[in-house]
Amino acid sequence: MPIDILMPALSPTMEEGKLAKWLKAEGDSVSAGDVIAEIETDKATMEVEAVDEGTLGKILIAEGTDNVKVNEKIAILLGEGEDASAMDGGGSAPAAASEAPAATEAPSSPAVASAPTPQAPAPETAEDPEIPAGTTMKASTVREALRDAMAEEMRRDGDVFVMGEEVAEYQGAYKITQGLLDEFGAKRVVDTPITEHGFAGLGVGAAMAGLKPIVEFMTFNFAMQAIDQIINSAAKTLYMSGGQMGAPIVFRGPNGAAARVGAQHSQDYAAWYAHVPGLKVVQPYSAADAKGLLKAAIRDPNPIIFLENEILYGHSFEIPDMEDFVLPIGKAKIERGGTDVTLVSWGIGMTYTMKAAEELAGMGISAEVVNLRTIRPLDIDTVLASVRKTGRIVTVEEAFPMCSVSSEIAFQVQEKAFDYLDAPILRVTGKDVPMPYAANLEKLALPSVAEVIDAVKAVTYTA
Amino acid sequence: MAAASKTTTAGAKSTSRSRSTAKKAEPAIAEFKKDEELHAYREMLLIRRFEEKAGQLYGMGLIGGFCHLYIGQEAVVVGMQMAKIEGDQMITAYRDHGHMLAMDLDPKGVMAELTGRRGGLSKGKGGSMHMFSKEKHFYGGHGIVGAQVSLGTGLGFANKYRENGNVCMTFFGDGASNQGQVYESFNMAELWKLPVIYVIENNKYGMGTSVERSSSMTDLSQRGASFNIPGEKVDGMDVRAVMAASKKALEWCRAGKGPYILEMVTYRYRGHSMSDPAKYRSKDEVQKMRTEHDPIEQVRKRLLDNKWATEDDLKAIDKEIRGRVAEAAEFAQSDPEPDASELYTDILL
Repeated sequence: MPIDILMPALSPTMEEGKLAKWLKAEGDSVSAGDVIAEIETDKATMEVEAVDEGTLGKILIAEGTDNVKVNEKIAILLGEGEDASAMDGGGSAPAAASEAPAATEAPSSPAVASAPTPQAPAPETAEDPEIPAGTTMKASTVREALRDAMAEEMRRDGDVFVMGEEVAEYQGAYKITQGLLDEFGAKRVVDTPITEHGFAGLGVGAAMAGLKPIVEFMTFNFAMQAIDQIINSAAKTLYMSGGQMGAPIVFRGPNGAAARVGAQHSQDYAAWYAHVPGLKVVQPYSAADAKGLLKAAIRDPNPIIFLENEILYGHSFEIPDMEDFVLPIGKAKIERGGTDVTLVSWGIGMTYTMKAAEELAGMGISAEVVNLRTIRPLDIDTVLASVRKTGRIVTVEEAFPMCSVSSEIAFQVQEKAFDYLDAPILRVTGKDVPMPYAANLEKLALPSVAEVIDAVKAVTYTA
Repeated sequence: MAAASKTTTAGAKSTSRSRSTAKKAEPAIAEFKKDEELHAYREMLLIRRFEEKAGQLYGMGLIGGFCHLYIGQEAVVVGMQMAKIEGDQMITAYRDHGHMLAMDLDPKGVMAELTGRRGGLSKGKGGSMHMFSKEKHFYGGHGIVGAQVSLGTGLGFANKYRENGNVCMTFFGDGASNQGQVYESFNMAELWKLPVIYVIENNKYGMGTSVERSSSMTDLSQRGASFNIPGEKVDGMDVRAVMAASKKALEWCRAGKGPYILEMVTYRYRGHSMSDPAKYRSKDEVQKMRTEHDPIEQVRKRLLDNKWATEDDLKAIDKEIRGRVAEAAEFAQSDPEPDASELYTDILL
């Protein structure tokens, strides 16, 4: 029986990839362990090894093809004594692909591999008050936006440097720092040992001396090793020194759940850091958020916790094509206008929220979506203005419910807009459990679009 | 720092050695000239008298919280201060009053911080354990054991980044030497050749636990061995030995050779903090240190033996210093507490 060779999943979040190169031709014999092809994921170029031995009977996906789905048949392997006639149905012509998809890549982003780019639903109110009217827009992934933000600020200020695990020669564990080493050199793009506590403290010390470090945590889960330095040293020194010295530092990296990486690698720390006076906490959703807010964070004289999300890295958004696009920290954005209910979300929670708002519109419910952008300082005024208009509010986040950012928003809304509320405040959050590994349980542990819709139906009494 | 510029030859005996011999060699004792002896005497006496007064004010309820006195360890910080040049930083943990006085900070500002008054170095918002002076390159004053070691390594990183030729003297105790981040910092400092002197002030006890009961390897000068960081054990009760070793270590760092460890063998006469009765050691042990190794008495004896000062001269110095300390204590009691509006300032810039 001929064996189907399938497109492999090569990272926890990979859904599709580019079949970059075939290293074996049709008719070549293949032994187990031979490298047969190279595949580009959004993170890296990976070699694919044969598991079985035989002869490569047919290549089904031509090299250069983008967006090949995981588990799609890419070739057929013939066993001993089999010939091409043994193949049935697999003989369709390879997808002619090599050049066309490449043209859709943003020309201004040479360093990043062509990543799978799920398009976010187009917001109903796309105008951002921070973007001048008439500005042309271009497509950018969150990954490119973050990299461009760092590169621009490093060009602008020689005191800015980036340090962390695998940020330099490896080009970033998630490719966020790709190309920075080439441009800025090893002095300013510093590979650290696996030493979160130590390099976080080192970064704070350098910041106290006036440098502006960007400390990348490979994920914020690992920043728990360093949380003493973040809170006791970075956040409190300005106050303890009577204003003499602070720490202009950005701690950034992916935060929250990725996909199927289990309890220790899947946690949202927004509420933890938002608890602490002396820190600012930023949690971007779109590529524009990522770029404008990271540039602002690097320029800010205070310690900033910049919470990214691995799943959003590959998402593509429209971003203003501006020389110097900086967003204000502490200001929320009305991502979509509406009249019946206020949905408040941030970071990856926005993906559920925007989809839910779209579906709700189809049901005749007009939801206004507030994208917080910053958790601390919290732009409660924007939330309140919306609630006073709609009389109903649902918050959406992936974090645990207990003492969550949602809890704080609910408190402030009841305190400051009690008389405007026509229904109890509801929140859609991650479940109150450590993140499970099994795919079905993981899905259950996270919020869903359906849960958001149900919550909206409850507060609008339309269930 | 009047004396520092006049001591350029003091450390000349300590020639550069190869790394392996540096570990074993007895550090040289700097020959002090008259003005250096007098300077060291004054500086150490100021710390001693200041700390005695702080203990007194604590007893009167004027200083709150934790208060860790430096009495007995004065030679360490004074000897290092005499070896450094303008721009070299110091950073330490919470036993920090002596460092600030040695770095020429006004005793009034230090004492007023202890009493939580608006004229304190941190406007009364930091307290005994949290004081800073950007102007004098003193970076605190940190309350978490070991945290200052990573921070000091970062100050060294900034020196190297800016190529300013300065060195960060990072102080920590024998207790902190068992913290994990110390070794994370050692590794990065040697890997990147950062100009940092790790000064281990071994006063024999981490709170109430002796070095022997807390450390599997008690030669703390060799704690950098697995990172290839040279280290020396120094008589931290002899200000001349401290200065000589510091000069050598500073030269090493300034030459771009990376970090250096100095284990200053010293002793604190008082308990860990004001609330520690120090029952884990005998009175005899303390008394022996005070009578045989006191850092100030050593200098006093040399000044008299060399006829560089008379008893009357020294009494006059003591009187002058008591006057300065009394003035500081007076200020720290009369200065008002911070205005209530200060509660919400200095949180963010």
